[in-house]
Amino acid sequence: MTKNWPLWEVFVRSKNGLEHRHFGSLHAADANMALENARDVYTRRNEGVSIWVVESKNITASNPENSGELFEPAQDKVYRHPTFYDLPDEIKHM
Amino acid sequence: MSESDIKNLEAIFEERIARDEKIEAKDWMPEKYRKTHIRQISQHAHSEVVGMLPEGNWITRAPSLRRKAALLAKIQDEAGHGLYLYSACETLGVSREELYDQLHSGKAKYSSIFNYPTVTWADIGAIGWLVDGAAIINQVPLCNTSFGPYARAMVRVCKEESFHQRQGYEIMLTLCRGTEEQKAMAQDALNRWWWPSLMMLGPTDDKSVHTAQSMKWKLKRKTNDELRQQFIDQTVPQADILGITVPDKDLKWNEERGSYDFGEIDWDEFWQVVKGHGPCNKERMSARVNAWNEGKWVRDGAVAYAQKQEDKKMASAS
Repeated sequence: MTKNWPLWEVFVRSKNGLEHRHFGSLHAADANMALENARDVYTRRNEGVSIWVVESKNITASNPENSGELFEPAQDKVYRHPTFYDLPDEIKHM
Repeated sequence: MSESDIKNLEAIFEERIARDEKIEAKDWMPEKYRKTHIRQISQHAHSEVVGMLPEGNWITRAPSLRRKAALLAKIQDEAGHGLYLYSACETLGVSREELYDQLHSGKAKYSSIFNYPTVTWADIGAIGWLVDGAAIINQVPLCNTSFGPYARAMVRVCKEESFHQRQGYEIMLTLCRGTEEQKAMAQDALNRWWWPSLMMLGPTDDKSVHTAQSMKWKLKRKTNDELRQQFIDQTVPQADILGITVPDKDLKWNEERGSYDFGEIDWDEFWQVVKGHGPCNKERMSARVNAWNEGKWVRDGAVAYAQKQEDKKMASAS
């Protein structure tokens, strides 16, 4: 019976000083092949200086159905933003 | 989930799209949205992959090292585009193997244009200029489509596509500035690729079964006829610069519309090719199926090697 190549997620740092960003996914038999394929698929035009690959099954993702309880509580906490605080116009650099 | 729950979710979904919000793979979506996207994205991926075959025909016979390197890079891009699109499609819960199987069994379609042969080197020029030109017109609006993974793949595809068209046009330009025979070769390629390129943008709006729904989901932002007119209007002046003639006796500038009027498209030919009776349908599919079957031992070998390495690691850790 044939085993299919697993799916990997690819993260690329486009230049030093920037974070690795999700670029896409691909299939490969193992981590080394995933890195080599990622280089050919996602960095043919100098898009990157560093690549991470991680097997997709190892990612735990939040469920969009729970987005409300996860993210809505932050919406009414306006006091976490600097614009919530009223200061006189004369105050500079704050 | 009750029927009224689903109706409610559908209403919320349609509102999100109307607000130009993107839909991501794990979001709730109507089954028809999922199916339509799997169909369109996979057809698009298949077209990229099959599209490598007519061009592959000329790699070993490219007239110079410069042309050969460019053609190889273009074909490699097409493999890449296929891979971006298959990945985007898989986020909808279909596996890569199912997608390949649909292509190889003939259940899934790919762009009909790739069923035409590349008989001279000028065909490589015409494909880049016309076929990639039509593809760009089709693809640019898709960068804004509602399904996030498809839109992101399209942004990457479109960035790379413009080199394809320019290299094709440059081939045509070189031939048209060459000897009489070379120019005749360019004209012959235009004669053969013009009409199939117009057909590539899909059936006319009144015959297109998917257009209305696809426009609503922003899976399509312009109708086939609008895209075709845009393609003609921008391509005809490019043919003039080459000094070759578009093979349509009814083609003429319409001052009032600010567009070119053009002749009747032979839709019988289009449907014949779509249904599998084009000049190269069988050849293309057998090349694909052979590549897949003959690559099986490599895929299996890679899995066996990965397993062996994994076992070794486990053994040395214990």
